[in-house]
Amino acid sequence: MAVADPQTLYLAEPADARIVEPLDMMTLIYQRRSGITHMVGEPVPQMLEAMGGDAVDAATLAARLAASFDLGGQEDAAALIAERLAELAELGLVERVAGA
Amino acid sequence: MSRDAMLLVDALREPASTCGLDAQGWAALLSMARAERLVGTLAARLASEAVPGRVAQTLADARTDAGYQRRAALWEADCARRALADYDGKVVLLKGTAYVAAGLTAGEGRHIGDLDILVAREDLPQVEAALLAAGWEWVKPDPYDDAYYRDHMHELPPLIHRTRDRMIDVHHTILPLTARRTPDAVGMMVDAVYLPSRLREGLGVGPRSSIAVSGPPPTPPASGRGELCALSQPDMVCHSVAHLLADGELDGGLRNLWDIHCLLSEFAGADFWTQLRERASHHQLAEPVGRAVRLAHQLYGTEIPQDWMGQHWQDRYYAARMTARDGWGRQTRKLLRLAFYIRSHWLRMPPLMLARHLWVKWRKGQASA
Amino acid sequence: MHEFRVQVGPAAFRIGSAWRAPIAQMAELYRDYPHPDFTDFTVRLEPAGWLRRWLRPSVAIGGDYMLPDAAPLPLAQGLLAAEMAMNLQMALGWRRHLLLHASAVERDGRVLVMTGQSGSGKSTLSALLGARGWRFMGDEFVLLDPESGDAVPFPRLISLKNSAIAAMQASAPDARFGPLLDGTPKGDIRHMVPPSDAIARMGQGGAPALLLFPRYGYPGAVREVAPGETFMRLTQASTNYVALGEAGFTALTRFVTSVPSRAIDYQSGEEAVALVEKLWERLA
Repeated sequence: MAVADPQTLYLAEPADARIVEPLDMMTLIYQRRSGITHMVGEPVPQMLEAMGGDAVDAATLAARLAASFDLGGQEDAAALIAERLAELAELGLVERVAGA
Repeated sequence: MSRDAMLLVDALREPASTCGLDAQGWAALLSMARAERLVGTLAARLASEAVPGRVAQTLADARTDAGYQRRAALWEADCARRALADYDGKVVLLKGTAYVAAGLTAGEGRHIGDLDILVAREDLPQVEAALLAAGWEWVKPDPYDDAYYRDHMHELPPLIHRTRDRMIDVHHTILPLTARRTPDAVGMMVDAVYLPSRLREGLGVGPRSSIAVSGPPPTPPASGRGELCALSQPDMVCHSVAHLLADGELDGGLRNLWDIHCLLSEFAGADFWTQLRERASHHQLAEPVGRAVRLAHQLYGTEIPQDWMGQHWQDRYYAARMTARDGWGRQTRKLLRLAFYIRSHWLRMPPLMLARHLWVKWRKGQASA
Repeated sequence: MHEFRVQVGPAAFRIGSAWRAPIAQMAELYRDYPHPDFTDFTVRLEPAGWLRRWLRPSVAIGGDYMLPDAAPLPLAQGLLAAEMAMNLQMALGWRRHLLLHASAVERDGRVLVMTGQSGSGKSTLSALLGARGWRFMGDEFVLLDPESGDAVPFPRLISLKNSAIAAMQASAPDARFGPLLDGTPKGDIRHMVPPSDAIARMGQGGAPALLLFPRYGYPGAVREVAPGETFMRLTQASTNYVALGEAGFTALTRFVTSVPSRAIDYQSGEEAVALVEKLWERLA
């Protein structure tokens, strides 16, 4: 049920909630709370880092990433980030902020 | 070699009793504990005992495993919480997951399998739809089993998550609808208490702080939306007893009774014992609760008030059934086990329905043979 | 119950059997192994039904850890039942090392690890190398120590299948073999006692230096395997990766980032041994 609404606000777990281990083309993320190892590609590790401790929506996050990352056009980028955020929420790596 | 599982009961009740064990006594104790799924609990109980080095390593393995089960159980509960974030009713954690989520001693080292939750019966379709949308799937597509579950059982047919491979049992009553006793599930839901947001320790934020985005946090949560619950203290004991004595053939009885021992010891207090008496009779569980309290006292030395003491002539059969396990981890006392097996089916279903159930199962067996 | 106790690497087992024969076979094949007092795991060989002790006797595979749907075996395959049950105890109960479903041999304190599906030839290859100057460490499980990163031996009896039986009898004519078990679920099986240095040094681990993914029955080839693919394949080859949590993650990422890995295809034992020697010289 990956509903990619660009207005939705998300929060990432704090950085110490996971171990990030880059391996060649992919990155391993060990999530301490679930004990699950996720294998992810770009831009997921960058997204988690750029979110920090703030509640952000896709557009805000896309703008933050644009500084260091080529994500194509502004609108495409926000749509892509919104999709990734919805997937990450399903995995429990980020959480949708309720009541917002 | 010890002839029954009193070796295990003694070790749980009084960890220092293990100091006299030789190597083979330890092997017997570990086999019994694994067979009863109490090895994690045993390891937690013996954490500060001086045990031989080899034994310490084996117990450390059991603690690692219990840590994994705890982590996985809490994570499954949190996944269910997120899946049901838009559901307004209470989602009540049951059994092992509830004990660890509530930080109770009954959860220390406990084996935890499936996730069990209790929701209001009328909300089942909504809960079911939300879980299916979040990646859970039916385990068996068999229509008879399905209809059987819906018509007669106290839970939905089991669901399994397609990527995490973990089961969830969604209950709407405490015992099967066909059982003789009918505990008041609605009353349990009403009294269920919201858990502290410990589930989200790692995330560091709960709805309460995140609501700050749009206004000050209400405490306690006004709707409880997105929060998980556990049963009230007396109901938690009643529920545990229902599964030990009113429902089962007493498989895993020692573990269930250990839960009850821990709950009673932790909740003890004059008010609690009064409430337990009231709730037990309200749920038509006065007799089983009384028996479980006596058995916990007899086997695990639980401290209980004078007016709960006593001895019923059948108690020793229950105790004998629960400790029917030898030093190789094998079940003993076959006849006694058979008696409890028949009794358990008798308790769950009226005779005609039992006959129908066994008939359909048998026919299906023939058809597939 | 007839009883037998044996230590394999760091793990000690207690085997109880309703029949004497499987115990006698184990006592003979495991005679040079330690026989400890304390045991980590219990294995039970029991009649699959009350009549099955005598009438077409068949063995239910039991123990501390069991699979609910394990099919019973005929009594003649009791030794196999015991070995399967011992493996199962390790797979489901051992938590102090990261368990890889792999074989291993050692030379100069450095360890070659080989992993692959059943039929890849990893077991036969480890036995072959064990007869060619390498120290045999195990053909079923490699145990990785989360503290040191070392590979710890688990040199149980080598389980040879089908054509590997005759091949090993030719390569190691002095070795001791168990009874030929024909018609098992995996075809013919014969157990071989590991070389004496494998048993004498079963407490000694070593640093992993090379990981191979052998594949039998394809024209000789070597392919580099990227760390990401290696990581994924090793999580699938591990029976306790998830249960170990963070310790498992740390041990496995350390292994994957420090040990070179290659996939090798081969069509004969000789070809494989030559390939292994060449890669070892170049990479390890």
